Amino acid sequence: MDMLQAILAHPWFTPLLLTALIIGLFPLVAGYIVLVERKVLADMQVRLGPMRVGPHGLLQPIADALKLLLKEDIIPEESDKALFWFAPVISTFTALSAFCVIPFASGVYVADVNVGLLVISAMSSVGILGIVLGGWASNSHYSLLGALRSAAQLVSYEVALALALLSGVMAAGTLSMAGIVRAQQERHIWFIFDNYGLMLIPFVVYVISAVAETNRAPFDLPEAESELVAGFHTEYSGFRWALYFLAEYANIFVVSAVAVTLFLGGWLRPFPNVSWLELPFNYGFPALLFLLIGLGSLRLARKLTWRPHAIGMTGVGLFMILLAGVVLIPPVNAVVSSPFWFLIKVGGFVYLMIWLRGTFPRFRYDQLMNIGWKIMIPVALGAILLNAIVGMLRIS
Amino acid sequence: MASKLGTVISSATEIAKGLGITLREMMQPALTEDYPDVAPSFQERYRGKHVLRRDENGLEKCVGCFLCAAACPVECIYIEAAENTELVRISGGERYAKVYNIDYSRCIFCGYCVEACPTDAITHGHGFELASYDVSTLIQRKEMMLEAAKPGAKAPVIAPVAAGGHH
Repeated sequence: MDMLQAILAHPWFTPLLLTALIIGLFPLVAGYIVLVERKVLADMQVRLGPMRVGPHGLLQPIADALKLLLKEDIIPEESDKALFWFAPVISTFTALSAFCVIPFASGVYVADVNVGLLVISAMSSVGILGIVLGGWASNSHYSLLGALRSAAQLVSYEVALALALLSGVMAAGTLSMAGIVRAQQERHIWFIFDNYGLMLIPFVVYVISAVAETNRAPFDLPEAESELVAGFHTEYSGFRWALYFLAEYANIFVVSAVAVTLFLGGWLRPFPNVSWLELPFNYGFPALLFLLIGLGSLRLARKLTWRPHAIGMTGVGLFMILLAGVVLIPPVNAVVSSPFWFLIKVGGFVYLMIWLRGTFPRFRYDQLMNIGWKIMIPVALGAILLNAIVGMLRIS
Repeated sequence: MASKLGTVISSATEIAKGLGITLREMMQPALTEDYPDVAPSFQERYRGKHVLRRDENGLEKCVGCFLCAAACPVECIYIEAAENTELVRISGGERYAKVYNIDYSRCIFCGYCVEACPTDAITHGHGFELASYDVSTLIQRKEMMLEAAKPGAKAPVIAPVAAGGHH
């Protein structure tokens, strides 16, 4: 018993556990983000999406992962084999490294680095190398063009992204991710609403740059399938391709987490300093959410005709209702409610990115560059100036 | 400055409008048909596998006139006609199709045969599951396309003497 307590109290316990959880669970999470994306896009296009592997396609990510693992591993004859082998590793490694400074709740992070935001910026910059090297090593026209576009796009949007972050950092007065959330708690405000609403400008700039930074539609020129087959990963297949995809979804999660931490109050519930709202927001909302998901699943299960699918869906529904009950237990709730709010905000942001992909057509290359250099960067610079002046006036 | 702000606001509303359209579509029920599990629904005019019709007496409508074969642009219809006799009456006309084959490896489902038919004997049904691993199985004979006689219909007079039978 003492042994267990000593382990639990050890300063390395949380970081190591979190690292293991992130490395172990994130591929699964990424798979399910892909499933959500496919389902949501399908809904927007008035079709069904994956339906056959598991009830309503719930086991599709596992089938996809198995398929990718079992696929033939092709390395083109003319490629630079060492670089071809190594490039996806760079992308995945850097994307997953960025997770180490993300605070999931107060005290729940791998490391609270005092330059946390810089670590994330640096990791996403190095991640571009994976894409560029992959495109170069493939020795294919399409890959090379995709990689070139990617390099140009990411370099130009990174400037706007960093400038937008700078406004948030000014408001928080720190670069530490956990420190930024604590600053929002002390100031009684999410930074998106700070400076009389002026922080909305850097937030919008951040959202647009973040979509471009992760190569997502409508900024998915590096992998524009109608022109470049698949861009930088044209020659990739099987598990190496899966690594690129894992990196892309890790990046989506990371930029969403940064947006949530910097602008949307991180792990804080809405109105974190109004104590009587704790009951509806920390107990009521999650319980109601899980309950509704559970009841919805049970309703869907009754319409399924094939018995194993119906049983599986009923199981999912009952599990969700059980979760609704579990989050109502006070000691569990105290632990779970902060990560819940963090993850639900990140989920909302990821949903926004899927929604954008379902709505807007791809930009032309010159439009992309025009938006990046002629609009985003000047606006971000102006926002810094404006927020600096207003922020100083507000304090004095 | 005011016009710039106006541009920003109008662009923002355009973006919101676009997002609103996809959100509205998302709330619509999916149009997908659950084909292998549930039979698909077709328009009435769908041109599927041919069906050879019978008249109200249960006699075949086809009178072996070869107009469909003549109209067919890919020449996939093969007919051998024979005379109806007092003893063997298959169709309502003078002649009937003794052999009526359609080669579905060549048929383009253009519907010209249906338009050409003077007795409305050949029509397009809604059958579509014609795929096969063996091209030779794609030739369909008359018996495979002929519709069943209605229960109340008088059976065609097939050699009444022979059927009555003690001669």
